[in-house]
Amino acid sequence: MGFSDADLTAIWLTLRLAGVTTLLLLLIGTPIAWWLARTSSKWKGPIGAVVALPLVLPPTVIGFYLLVTMGPNGAVGQITQSLGLGVLPFTFAGLVVASVFYSLPFVVQPLQNAFEAISDRPLEAAATLRASPLDTFFSVVLPLARPGYLTASVLGFAHTVGEFGVVLMIGGNIEGETRVISVQIYDHVEAMEYGQAHWLAAGMLVFAFVVLLALYTLNPSGKRK
Amino acid sequence: MSQAVNGIHARFKLDRADFSLDVDLDLPARGVTALFGHSGSGKTTLLRCIAGLERVQGALNMNGEIWQDATTFLPTHKRALGYVFQEASLFPHLSARGNLEYGMKRATSKMDRAALDHVIDLLGIGPLLERRPDQLSGGERQRVAIARALAVKPRLLLMDEPLAALDLARKQEILPYLERLHEELEIPVLYVSHAPDEVARLADHIVVMQAGRAVANGPLTKTLARLDLPIHLGEDAGVVLDAVVSERDAQWQLARATFADNPAAGVWVRDGGHAVGHPVRVRILARDVSLATTRHSGTSIQNILPGVVEMLADDTHPALALVRVDVGGAPLVARLTRRSAHDLGLKPGQIVYAQIKAVALIG
Repeated sequence: MGFSDADLTAIWLTLRLAGVTTLLLLLIGTPIAWWLARTSSKWKGPIGAVVALPLVLPPTVIGFYLLVTMGPNGAVGQITQSLGLGVLPFTFAGLVVASVFYSLPFVVQPLQNAFEAISDRPLEAAATLRASPLDTFFSVVLPLARPGYLTASVLGFAHTVGEFGVVLMIGGNIEGETRVISVQIYDHVEAMEYGQAHWLAAGMLVFAFVVLLALYTLNPSGKRK
Repeated sequence: MSQAVNGIHARFKLDRADFSLDVDLDLPARGVTALFGHSGSGKTTLLRCIAGLERVQGALNMNGEIWQDATTFLPTHKRALGYVFQEASLFPHLSARGNLEYGMKRATSKMDRAALDHVIDLLGIGPLLERRPDQLSGGERQRVAIARALAVKPRLLLMDEPLAALDLARKQEILPYLERLHEELEIPVLYVSHAPDEVARLADHIVVMQAGRAVANGPLTKTLARLDLPIHLGEDAGVVLDAVVSERDAQWQLARATFADNPAAGVWVRDGGHAVGHPVRVRILARDVSLATTRHSGTSIQNILPGVVEMLADDTHPALALVRVDVGGAPLVARLTRRSAHDLGLKPGQIVYAQIKAVALIG
């Protein structure tokens, strides 16, 4: 026994999806988290709540609305079609977009916590040493927030790897395109291939444990300072 | 205020529910100016306004260069200043050297190698450069922070109670470095402090702040000798006089400090090791000065100076009075009980003998 070719395809697809999603999330999540950490705007509450929605919503709900908006008649679908990109559902790109929404809070919240832990003082000190705000962000904030970035990357990646409901709603089950590990396990179980399912399921279990172990060992939160 | 002015002109106005700031100050272009006042008097806010860290209505002209007016607000990173915060605020992710170089990499005018080495030497941080901030003591961190602020070759140095977060031993460790800086720096320094002893040692000029207003602004010696200052210094009331070491008595380990304002008068102090001709400062607290209408003999007090009573004023406690005596151009302040003042019949113009029990030699 061992992994079948289809299993390996699913594993590779999942890793690619999680990798691309995590990268995009770090790029998108950074300004959102910075704004949430620093603003005193009345929009802080509403925006924070929207970002946190995927924490409590059933994945099928997120998947359903993304399917509708990205579908041929949805607002996003209209735009992608007019740009000649076709529609996103049932494509890898569509999965990436969905995963970004789905894992957003897992990246934004650790970053926001990391940014909030940085006082104004180092930023002011940098300003008195001729650093512009953007320069300060890269030369002071990023290095100081590094533990937050580690946590955000690991959680964003792991959470995307573990996604199932959203994928099913928006990506279906296309081998090499949208059939990720969790869907592959589901297929095995449907087909009564419990042995195959065990390989993948146990692999996921070990992966999740190792990732979290690494996170808690490398990043002992609350002990510093 | 677009004309070139020599010095710093700062005008700021801020109205908040719990705090207001309203100052209009001309500050000298050289030397250390102390912004002195109790906590909450607005001295740190004023410093932050000057740095551009606080954005309030006002104007700021720095030696003819406009940093702020009705239409301009130069952001902090474009102002040629150095800032030392109350806590050292070193970047924890950089070594001491990395901290020093942070500003140097970015400043358009920066210190050359030799000047930097001199500052490193002056502040005694050479052996610390490869350490991280968390491997430095509080005093060492603050010395690195001072060097970091100087390394960008500022045209104005702002120091916000750089010693306040340190214990007495650390303060004593840093003060000599600050004094050496004071002697060498060509740029104006604004030094926020609520500690009279620091002000006495370091400042040339003093701005006294109270409730967001500058209630006095002038040379240190003259201003400290004023008896009408609205803030009472209590036990710290006294004068600081510029002097020169004129004579040393090797047998008794004493040195004579002659007043700069009156070379004929001076005091004997413990020999601080300064050569004859070396400028020093002496601080004479009001509580250490007593007055007599005739010259006493048979007293342990060595420093007895004849002078003329200039004015009397109330002190903090209703039993006490402050008396300013002019000792040939140098002011002294004595603290007496009001009963003594009454019994001696003290009044302006009267000749008295100031008996000085203790003199602190500083710098």
